[in-house]
Formats: sequence, C-alpha cells, structure tokens
Amino acid sequence: MRDKLVSPDEIAGRLRSGMTIGIGGWGSRRKPMALVRAILRTEVRDLTLVSYGGPDVGLLAAAGRLRKVVHGFVSLDSIPLDPHFRAARQRGELAVAEYDEGMVLAGLRAAAARLPFLPTRAGLGSDVPALDPELRTVRSPYPDGEELLAMPALRLDAALVHLNRADRHGNAQYLGPDPYFDDLMCAAADHGYLSCERVVPTEELLRGGPVQSLLLDRTHVDAVAETPRGAHFTSCTPDHERDEAFQRRYAAAAADAASWQAFHDEFLAGDERSYQAAVDAAREVNG
Amino acid sequence: MDATRAEVCATACADSWDDAGEVLASPFGLIPALGARLARLTTAPDLLLTDGEAVLLAEPPPLGRESEAATAEGWMPYRRVLDLLAGGRRRVMMGATQIDRHGNQNISRIGPWERPKVQLIGVRGAPGNSVNHVTNYWVPKHGVRTFVERVDLVCGVGHDRATGAAGRFHDVRVVVTDLAVLDFAGPDRTMRLRSVHPGVTVREVQERTGFELDTSAVAETRLPSAEELALIRGRLDPDGLRYREVPA
Repeated sequence: MRDKLVSPDEIAGRLRSGMTIGIGGWGSRRKPMALVRAILRTEVRDLTLVSYGGPDVGLLAAAGRLRKVVHGFVSLDSIPLDPHFRAARQRGELAVAEYDEGMVLAGLRAAAARLPFLPTRAGLGSDVPALDPELRTVRSPYPDGEELLAMPALRLDAALVHLNRADRHGNAQYLGPDPYFDDLMCAAADHGYLSCERVVPTEELLRGGPVQSLLLDRTHVDAVAETPRGAHFTSCTPDHERDEAFQRRYAAAAADAASWQAFHDEFLAGDERSYQAAVDAAREVNG
Repeated sequence: MDATRAEVCATACADSWDDAGEVLASPFGLIPALGARLARLTTAPDLLLTDGEAVLLAEPPPLGRESEAATAEGWMPYRRVLDLLAGGRRRVMMGATQIDRHGNQNISRIGPWERPKVQLIGVRGAPGNSVNHVTNYWVPKHGVRTFVERVDLVCGVGHDRATGAAGRFHDVRVVVTDLAVLDFAGPDRTMRLRSVHPGVTVREVQERTGFELDTSAVAETRLPSAEELALIRGRLDPDGLRYREVPA
C-alpha cells in the first residue's frame, strides 16, 4: 500500500490556477481550513469552488482567488452569513452558480458515477434555471412523460476534505455525527486530498469508532496531510468544537480593508504552525 | 393565564403540523421549533424531531437545550435529509426575506444578480422543499419589506409557478407572522388573511403588507389552551427564548 503522507503545502502545490475544486464540510463545520490556508500561501487563483459553503469560500474570496463559486448557501452557522463572501459579491467581483442543496448533491452524484447529469425535481418552478442559462430539462422516456431538471455533473479537478483520523494510505474516519458529503466530493474529483486531525496506524482506526465510521477508502485519496486543529476555526467534533470567539473576529475583520489587513498580518502571514501559535496567543490575551 | 404574542405565534405554528403524520419536522427559527415540539406533544405525536444536527430525538428537548436531550431514536445527517425530502417524508417551516401574494419566497439576494445590493444566504433547500413536500413560512416581523409585490429572486416556488412536475407535490399552505396567519385560499390561490392575532386589526396587517390581501373572512387566531401554555412555559421553553424572536 502506498504511503501518501505529505505536508499541507505539498497538497496546495498540486493545485493549479483555473481548476475546479470541491471543498468538503458544511457551513462552518469540518472544513479543511489548513489546506485552504495553504492555498493562500501559493499563487493559485481563478479557482471555481464547489462547496456547501462556509469560511472556506470567505477566505478565498477575500484573497481574490476565486473566479466562481458553485453553492447552495454560504453560512457560518452561528453567524448566518459570511461577510467576506457577501462583500465580494456586493462589489460585483464574484461569479456564482447558486443551486438548491439537492441540485448540488445530484451534480456530485452524477460526477461520481461518470454520468453527464441526473434528473431532479429540485429547482423546477424557481428562478434557479434562469440564473444559469446552461441548465437544461429532460423529459422522462416513460409513460409519465415528466419534464425534470437535468442537473449537470459537477466534475472536480480536486477535492479537499478534513476528517478526524486517517492512515498513511488514505483510509479515513469521521468521528462526528455527520459525514457531510466528503466521500462524494472525493468520488466526483480526479484527485482527492485529505487532511486529518491525526494520522494513525491502520490497525488503530477501529479503536476510534465502528467500521461504518471509515468514510473514505484509499481509492479516492491521493495524498494525506496530518494537520492537528486543521479545521480551525470551524468545528471538528469530537476533536474540537467551533472557535466561536475566533469566528466572530474573522467576521468582524470584514468591516474594512485595514481590519482585514490586520487580521491577515496577525494570523495568515506565516505558515500553519505560526497560524496555530497566533490562535493560542490570541486566546491567552482574550481569556 | 394570559398568553403572550410569542405564545400565540407558537401555537399557530403548532397548528400547521397537526395533520403531518409520521414525517421529519424541519422548523427554522425559535418559534417554529417551539411550535413543532408543541405539536409533537399534543396533536402530532408521530412527528420526527432532530437536535438541529444529525440526531433524531425520541422526546422533544427544551429550546436551547438540544444537546442535553436523552434518547436518540435515529440518525439523520444532511445527506439523508436531502434524500428524504425528495421522497416527501418531511415538512418544513422556513423563513422568508421576501414573499409575494402567490407564496414565492426569496432568501438569496436583494438587487441585481451580478452585483447584489444585499447578498443573503443563498437559495438553500427552498427550491427543492417547495416542490417536494408541505412547505410553510414563518416571518417574525410582518412588514412591507418582506411582503412584497414581487420577490427579487424566486427560491421557494409559489402557487402561480407550480405547474408541471414542479406542481406535482407542491403544497405551500400557510405563512405565520407576529401579527397573523395567512393562507392561499384567496382568488387564484393568492394570499388571504386567515386570522389576526388577538389585539391586531385587519387594517394593521394590510398596512404592513405590500400587496392587497383577501380579507373576506378573517377570524381571530386562537389562544393557546392552558395545557399548551403549561407545556410551553414549563417544559419546552423554560428559558424564554421565544421572546428573542417575538418580544412579549
């Protein structure tokens, strides 16, 4: 079995400008934030991002790395809207394809199964098709004759996901209550990139949870990076909860360019190690 | 025992679940959550309730104390919710930043698409919900900015656009607000004022609605029973979180 253990920066180094990238997690939950921060340290830009969006979208939008966001929502959960995404949209800088959550799921399932599209009822009657003139309908070939939306496959060049545990080969386990759509993101992608709270020997995986908690098998994972607290500031239960105080700081920093620059200088100017150290330092200052 | 406005709203929300049967209840907002839990303890004992994340709860937890709930009866991660809703075994009460007389709802953006005046959360599940199962709405502050002649973007599908496959399972029924209960029994399935909450006048509701309502048969929203008030105050919302959405 191949050893796929690499650093977050090596994973970011495999991405190229103009790629379509899927990011796992949901809202402000189990986002591969260390990998997103690693992207910020590269020159990669013009990305098309497919995401059940949270601060992954906000951070990349604030850094001007996105050409387009394909999403059903962008939210920080306890803060309903991501202000960085919102600001980029309201400045007219960011193209979006906004789909129903179930349409995103249908698109990922189509890509994972190498189908050109999957029919869905979601989106019919709404303005979603008008927002995306490329969307087409398809008529059922059976006697019902129903006309349904043909959700095109959301094929990804790469998927980035963060789980609780993994081995060096790319078998990965989630220990929280929800798998989100991380396995599907990887299946829809040409390359799956995984970060995890802790890399363990394969024989230790089942000490953490039942066999059903092994969400990803190694066929869908090209590289594994160990990034403790790598989902910070989003939640990664049971390893860590969302850092609500930090999230409020992140959101408040969207107020103007000077606040965002100060936030960037304090947290994002260095590598992942210096990010985590700055988070600890800020926590000590603020109690 | 005088009921507060928040409690009248909660029972009005509860009434929207009374024929739901054995389906997943997805209420968004504090008063809708209170309403669904109240219904579960009174008229809709078969409802499935969640902790707001992936766990189905056998007994309704108090508002804000979902994590303390004792007995899980199932697992309902997001992917199951999306599959279940397509199969129809779910009912939702959603919010609406804008809603029109036909029940078209918007939570995506205000202003032009390329450069919105206000970017909101996104269409979320509204397009799929509204064409797959019963969908109702909750508006905690009834006003002309919400009840508009024309929504800026149709997320949830209204009665005028529910045709063909989009109409097969479309079932948008009521809008509960801090002032009133509205349904779609007006001419051509347009919004009708079904009842005003005690202390609210028909005129007040019409003035705070940006289009003409059918007001031909307006009742008064019922008061919660003594049993319902005891459940709300003693069991389902002892911390009074309902007043964060509807003061007093």
